[in-house]
Amino acid sequence: MPRDLGPAYRRRKLVSTLVTGLCFASILLALVPLFFILFFILRQGLPALDTAFFTQMPKPVGEKGGGMGNAIVGTLILTGLAGLFAVPVGVACGVYMSEFRQSRLSSAVRFAADILNGVPSIVVGIFAYAVAVLPFKRFTALAGGLALGIMMIPLIVRTTEELLALVPGSFREGALALGATRARAVLTVLLPAALPGILTGVLVSLARVAGETAPLLFTSFNNRFFSTRLDQPIASLTVQVYSYAISPYEDWHRQAWAGATVLIAAVLIFSILARLMTRRLERLGRS
Amino acid sequence: MASARRVRSDQGRIFPLATGGVAVLVVVIVLGIGWTLVSDSRLSLAKFGLSFWTQKTWDPVAGEFGALPFIWGTLYSSILAMLIATPVALGIAVFLVEMSPRFLRAPLTFLTELLAAIPSIVYGLWGVFVLTPLVRKLEMATPPWMRKLPLFSGPPLGVGLLTAALILAVMVVPYTATVTREILKAVPGSQREAAYAMGATRWEAIRLSLFYGRTAIIGAVMLGFGRALGETMAVTMVIGNNPQVSASLFAPQYTMAAVIANEFTEAADALYLSALVEIGLVLFVITIIINALSRLLIWRVAGGGMVKKAAAPAAQPIAA
Repeated sequence: MPRDLGPAYRRRKLVSTLVTGLCFASILLALVPLFFILFFILRQGLPALDTAFFTQMPKPVGEKGGGMGNAIVGTLILTGLAGLFAVPVGVACGVYMSEFRQSRLSSAVRFAADILNGVPSIVVGIFAYAVAVLPFKRFTALAGGLALGIMMIPLIVRTTEELLALVPGSFREGALALGATRARAVLTVLLPAALPGILTGVLVSLARVAGETAPLLFTSFNNRFFSTRLDQPIASLTVQVYSYAISPYEDWHRQAWAGATVLIAAVLIFSILARLMTRRLERLGRS
Repeated sequence: MASARRVRSDQGRIFPLATGGVAVLVVVIVLGIGWTLVSDSRLSLAKFGLSFWTQKTWDPVAGEFGALPFIWGTLYSSILAMLIATPVALGIAVFLVEMSPRFLRAPLTFLTELLAAIPSIVYGLWGVFVLTPLVRKLEMATPPWMRKLPLFSGPPLGVGLLTAALILAVMVVPYTATVTREILKAVPGSQREAAYAMGATRWEAIRLSLFYGRTAIIGAVMLGFGRALGETMAVTMVIGNNPQVSASLFAPQYTMAAVIANEFTEAADALYLSALVEIGLVLFVITIIINALSRLLIWRVAGGGMVKKAAAPAAQPIAA
């Protein structure tokens, strides 16, 4: 143990302890709103979650009850469309970047994906509006899916590229040594090895874009009725929660909370799933 | 045999072409966004020129479009949010890298990154029904002499700049914290050892690490700033949506993203729509500049790997 090294040392020691405390406090400070939000969402939302919420359509103003059945289906369709567009594009792009790491196109694409990831979602909405709504003079589910898909691409690209990089080099060498072409090595050896991770990444980014509101406001718009048509406006959980939250009706607020609970539950489930998956992959990678 | 060989060599050419062609699409999308924004805001660009950004009056009915209140509200709320979020994010990063017991590190990292996974609309809902009443109480409790200052003037509505900045701060903390954590991890151990060998206390050693990574940490803060600038739903729901240039924290104001979200579907005439697209264009350009700059700063210290982790903490399946 050091003996007393004088007042200057004691002061420095005190400052050090204080700062340590402040750093711990900042963790708490960030976790307070997290638990605060989760607590309120669950407290207000869980009681409002009943079978009617999942199965029924919205009721007109003044009539009690009803649900967001159409919005839940709408969100599933929209995220499905986004996935159909973004997963093939994102995976192919990620494969190219991991295979041709040094090419000039790779660095351009990497930069573009980074930029795309930082573009505000509302701006993506404007783009989808200009490309897919204006020419047809109609809000459509397809336009909404396009907007969400664009937001999803950089996430998939990144996941694919990183996971392919994690596959041990011996896999590729083995495949090439057996006479496989580069394409064959990627398609039959590298991609399958990285597949569980890529799938997890896809699920997480689907949950992510399912929570987006801004790009849908003027692409898929909203729909009071049940619709699965891709060339028509379609309801979505997020837009429905938004329009209910800013409405003056108590019963609609209740349903907005319920909708938020469903959104949060989806995000939580997929995040935890991804976490567990990551652990398993890391353990596999180490062994 | 010969045909099999030909198939193989074809594959050899098709593969880079096919995947590369798709990769080009990503670049095309980004360029397409830029081009669309410019071409669809031509009307407004031609009619107002630079005065668009200096005029305070936003009156679509009279055909007057001045975007100063929106850029003011966006910058004010985002800068305030960063002032609140930066110390917290740095504290989190320092704690997780330098102090946390091993068993707490993974769960705490997961929880702080969860903040980035909560949908914006959920933040907004919570902001409207929980945070806004709290802020209103706080505003009503402000002593009268303070209320005379321009910073706290106006009626205590609850909705307004302060509420928006608080929500934004919570939302950007995980972004800045995650990158800063990676930066601190990249500081060579010898830096720390040298500090301790000179008899430094723990804080003095940490301060050296922070100083070592200062350029990249500025980049991390800018990354959070870029997120705050473009944030739409949560801000729209709590900022009050009133186009005015006011110094007051209590005043309802407006942001660029919020005005697009609110008025885009209502924009009846071409000039109105064009003005809104021009606001989107400027938002796009600003976020690109901020993001590119932040990446540059981070890269200089720590290499490219951590930027990827930063961009979407909770969507990142391979957490460090």
